[in-house]
Amino acid sequence: MADSPDAPSSEHVQPREITYCGFCSLPPEYCEFGPTLEKCKQWLSKHDKVTYAILYNTLEDHLAAATLGEDKPEEDKKKAKEAAKIEKQMQKKMQSKVLIKRIERTKRKCVTSVFGLENFDVDLKKAAKLFANKFACGSSVTKNNQGNDEIVVQGDVSDEIFDLILEHWPIVPEDNIDLIEDKKKGK
Amino acid sequence: MFKKFSVKEDVTGHTQVKSSVQRAIRAKILEQYKEGIEGIIDDVMPKKTPLILMRCHEHINLIVMNNEVLFFNHFDGPYFPTLRLLHKYPNMLPRLQVDRGAIKFVMAGANIMCPGLTSKGARMDVSVPADSVVAITAEGKHEILAVGTTKMSTDDIKRINKNIGVETAHYLNDCLWKTVVDI
Repeated sequence: MADSPDAPSSEHVQPREITYCGFCSLPPEYCEFGPTLEKCKQWLSKHDKVTYAILYNTLEDHLAAATLGEDKPEEDKKKAKEAAKIEKQMQKKMQSKVLIKRIERTKRKCVTSVFGLENFDVDLKKAAKLFANKFACGSSVTKNNQGNDEIVVQGDVSDEIFDLILEHWPIVPEDNIDLIEDKKKGK
Repeated sequence: MFKKFSVKEDVTGHTQVKSSVQRAIRAKILEQYKEGIEGIIDDVMPKKTPLILMRCHEHINLIVMNNEVLFFNHFDGPYFPTLRLLHKYPNMLPRLQVDRGAIKFVMAGANIMCPGLTSKGARMDVSVPADSVVAITAEGKHEILAVGTTKMSTDDIKRINKNIGVETAHYLNDCLWKTVVDI
């Protein structure tokens, strides 16, 4: 990380290993220009103590020096705003629900629709394929009347899907998954 | 170029290209970067690995291999390596260094103006002609910050010291940087 790039050798060049910040995905030295410096610092101090020490001990002085000169207050405000925005988005993400709905088709047949998975960065197509494989049934991504994507799985597999989601995408909190049963005379 | 970009909306289609096309792309990249890439091309783009071309809006093509975006180009212009690739092989491109004050603007997508390349913290150790692909580093940083094309030669940048020096094509934390390709 901290080594400066070497001169090109004529021999076989190995790719450099580089760690990116786990929080904002930038190379750690650029975290200070991202909106979430505080969070990045926390992450780095946990995961890569050496880099942390190198970066932020010297950086603190730098920042202090830079603060004196320019229009910093305004900048800080801007950054704080942006950070708050990201925070809010995260919160929203964590609050969004995944709905598993059992919809009656004909007398004894029904389909299960899963809505809201995309909020957790799940690739819907992949998920649909997974469901299809797992339950040996038809499963597809369709647009519902609101124009949002949802996965429709043929057959009543709501409980199984519930478990499968928990198992497969641990970032989805259990409390956020709702099971709903559509009433027969609903439509 | 990638200030606004999302795979879902902006990619019109992706195809696994024929091996002849793959060879052509490879040859073009080799020709473009000559010394910079000769030793590493086999690591970057193994001959046998299938190559996927993603066509996007506004004539942008992404070259994807093993679910990693390696290069992109506009229309049939030069191929730019992505930053993730450049971080692995930083010696691929000639590097220009901007001063510290420029970093935040570059990371917001601004083009690089000449004064940012000629001031005290900046460095231009190599001389490159106009319209060549360069990597941008920054004062006090080791990693590459952006990729772009020079609008004028480095000599002109020093002499004129005004207007846009390097047109930024791809920078840290833009939408291409955040793009995760999963085919």
